[in-house]
Amino acid sequence: MYFLEAEDVVKQFSGHLALNKVSIQVPPGKIFGLLGPNGAGKTTLLRIINRITAPDSGSIRFNGLESTPEDVFRIGYMPEERGLYKKMKVGEQAIYLARLKGLSYPEAKKRLMEWFDKFEITSWWNRKLEELSKGMQQKIQFIITVIHKPELLIFDEPFSGFDPVNADRVKQEILELKYLGHTIIFSTHNMASVEEICDGIALIDRSKVVLSGEVNEIRNRFKSNILNVALRWEEGIFSIDSNYYTVLSAKARTGEVKMRIRKNPGAANSEILTELSRAYEIMSFTEELPSMNDIFINTVSSTNSTQI
Amino acid sequence: MNKTAIIIKREYLRRVSKKSFLLVTLLMPFMVAALAFVPLWLSSIRSDDVKTVAIMDATGKYASLFEDTGNFRFINSDKSLDDYRNSDNKEIVAFLNITGDLLQNPKAATLYSEKQIPGELSRLVNQTLEKVLEEEKLTSFNIPNLREIINESKVNFSVQTIKWGADGSENTSSAMAASILGMIFTLIVYTFIVVYGSMVMQGVMEEKTNRIVELMISSVRPFDLMMGKIIGIALVGLTQLFLWGIMTSALIAGGTFLLGGGGAADISAVQQGMSMAQGGGMSMQPGVDMAVMQEVNEWLGIIHSINFVEIGIFFILYFIGGYLLYAAIFAAIGSAINQQEDSNQFIAPVMVFMIFALYAGIYSIDNPDGPLAFWCSMIPFTSPVVMMVRLPYDVPVWELLVSVALLFATAMALTWLSAKIYRVGILMYGKKPSIKEMIKWVKY
Repeated sequence: MYFLEAEDVVKQFSGHLALNKVSIQVPPGKIFGLLGPNGAGKTTLLRIINRITAPDSGSIRFNGLESTPEDVFRIGYMPEERGLYKKMKVGEQAIYLARLKGLSYPEAKKRLMEWFDKFEITSWWNRKLEELSKGMQQKIQFIITVIHKPELLIFDEPFSGFDPVNADRVKQEILELKYLGHTIIFSTHNMASVEEICDGIALIDRSKVVLSGEVNEIRNRFKSNILNVALRWEEGIFSIDSNYYTVLSAKARTGEVKMRIRKNPGAANSEILTELSRAYEIMSFTEELPSMNDIFINTVSSTNSTQI
Repeated sequence: MNKTAIIIKREYLRRVSKKSFLLVTLLMPFMVAALAFVPLWLSSIRSDDVKTVAIMDATGKYASLFEDTGNFRFINSDKSLDDYRNSDNKEIVAFLNITGDLLQNPKAATLYSEKQIPGELSRLVNQTLEKVLEEEKLTSFNIPNLREIINESKVNFSVQTIKWGADGSENTSSAMAASILGMIFTLIVYTFIVVYGSMVMQGVMEEKTNRIVELMISSVRPFDLMMGKIIGIALVGLTQLFLWGIMTSALIAGGTFLLGGGGAADISAVQQGMSMAQGGGMSMQPGVDMAVMQEVNEWLGIIHSINFVEIGIFFILYFIGGYLLYAAIFAAIGSAINQQEDSNQFIAPVMVFMIFALYAGIYSIDNPDGPLAFWCSMIPFTSPVVMMVRLPYDVPVWELLVSVALLFATAMALTWLSAKIYRVGILMYGKKPSIKEMIKWVKY
């Protein structure tokens, strides 16, 4: 059972189709990355999940049930366009927003204090928001998003605006929230973070899902059958011919040979390994997996070229 | 606590706790009073230097009649006008040249000066000479006790107006009092709708340009957000009105107490106040005193005869209804635009309605039961302002009920419509929408 499903969601804005039969499935307790180039329709989909806008057709289901207005309260949403009341004091503002999410005043205050302590920003409590830097405001926004401990957390570009140290901090917090049992969706352009923390992804391009699945499965799917092998090799004859693979490049150094080889169709890693181990001592044997960045660029540019 | 209530609370407290709100609320009554009295006071200030006026009286009859005042000193001079003209005289500001008997030739007196002659001086000269000439003329008729006869025949008349109540009671009414009261209510309602309506617009726009709406919308419904703001700001307005009400009654009560207190002393107190207000500029003649006293009595009666409770209730009703109606429009406008500069295009038509209402109200004062007043007090867009003018004149109950019902029905319909525009508008960034697009949003 998926925690959240979007099925055939279509959204038409005047003049262009923002989402064209988009479906995603988010399992519970996982981190789900929503990827895609600018203007692909990610934010529109997140808004529809949040019931900010209604889809023209298609459905959103929580735990298999059609989403209702009450489902909004099971979601913590951090929009990409971040805004808070500039003239209001940070603490007062955080309490106000937390109460709008259904917390009582004492509970809101208690939880906020804990978070402020955690981020070491207690001294900001009585400052006006406009006195804070963009990154600082972002932290407040993050806290407000998670304060009511919703089952589903949605972050739209959570790392933009943070310096590397704070981006990492937020990343750790997101991972911790996952271990606490929250389901998390986030949209991002930061592919390195996708590899690091996402369990599953959906790549949206030109209003359509062009790629989806688990991160490891996708990377395997996109692998180009290239292996990196390092062998111990003393002076002598070195044979590199094989029925199982083709050598792309080889570099010999005293004591070792490093090869980049492509598997021939039908060959299995174990067969290559057996053959090599018969003649040489194997120092390392790794399969090259494409990075999410490469997959992103390849997928997006290939869909672009097919459309042109 | 319900979410709308939390929003109302924030909108209310945020505005009420502002220093500017406190200052405006406390100072406004004084500022209004100052606006009314400062010009009066300024004009009554006498300049320090006493100006000298030379009188060249060929007849010798008139010069001695001029008495020195705080501002002017009159000297009798035997030099000729040409002497003064040629000499370099700085001390004397004006020259009154009387060449002959004024009864026979009224043009025989002329006031000369090198500068503009102050109006006060020419008035003083006219008054003095008029009095003398009138006396002279009366004497010339040779009728004994003529002065007494004339004084006796001077009558101060004002017709007493009585309105028959439905229960057969008779009430002294005054068109004057009613129109002043109506005018005050009209201006208050008009000002409040404009000021607080645009406050709603500002607030909505602030949330939109701050981009906080997206966050808000994910925890509250757009309708709750809009209503929270509209109601919160309405409460700010009512608070201000309430405080002003208290301050005004405190000022009146304090004033009455200071001026003597007690029922019997009332009239003399008011009378005293009136003579003070007149700045002591004119000294009242003893005969007029009785008339004034009567008039004050009448006024007090009239003020008592006005049904303040009924007017108060309807004032609040129209105030709320009119505010809701226009605030809904302003909220929709605020949600549709992205910048302050874009607001004018949408506000202009709304303001045309408001200003039309104000003028219709002002013109209705002369004929509070006429067709203009009637229709404008029925149309919801103008009724809150125009009905205020008619209220002190005892409007038929059915008219009031129909008008209030229409107003609230329209306000609710507009709120519903605005909520639809608002819901889409607050999330639309980029270019300024056209009216056509806004109509499309309603259908979403």
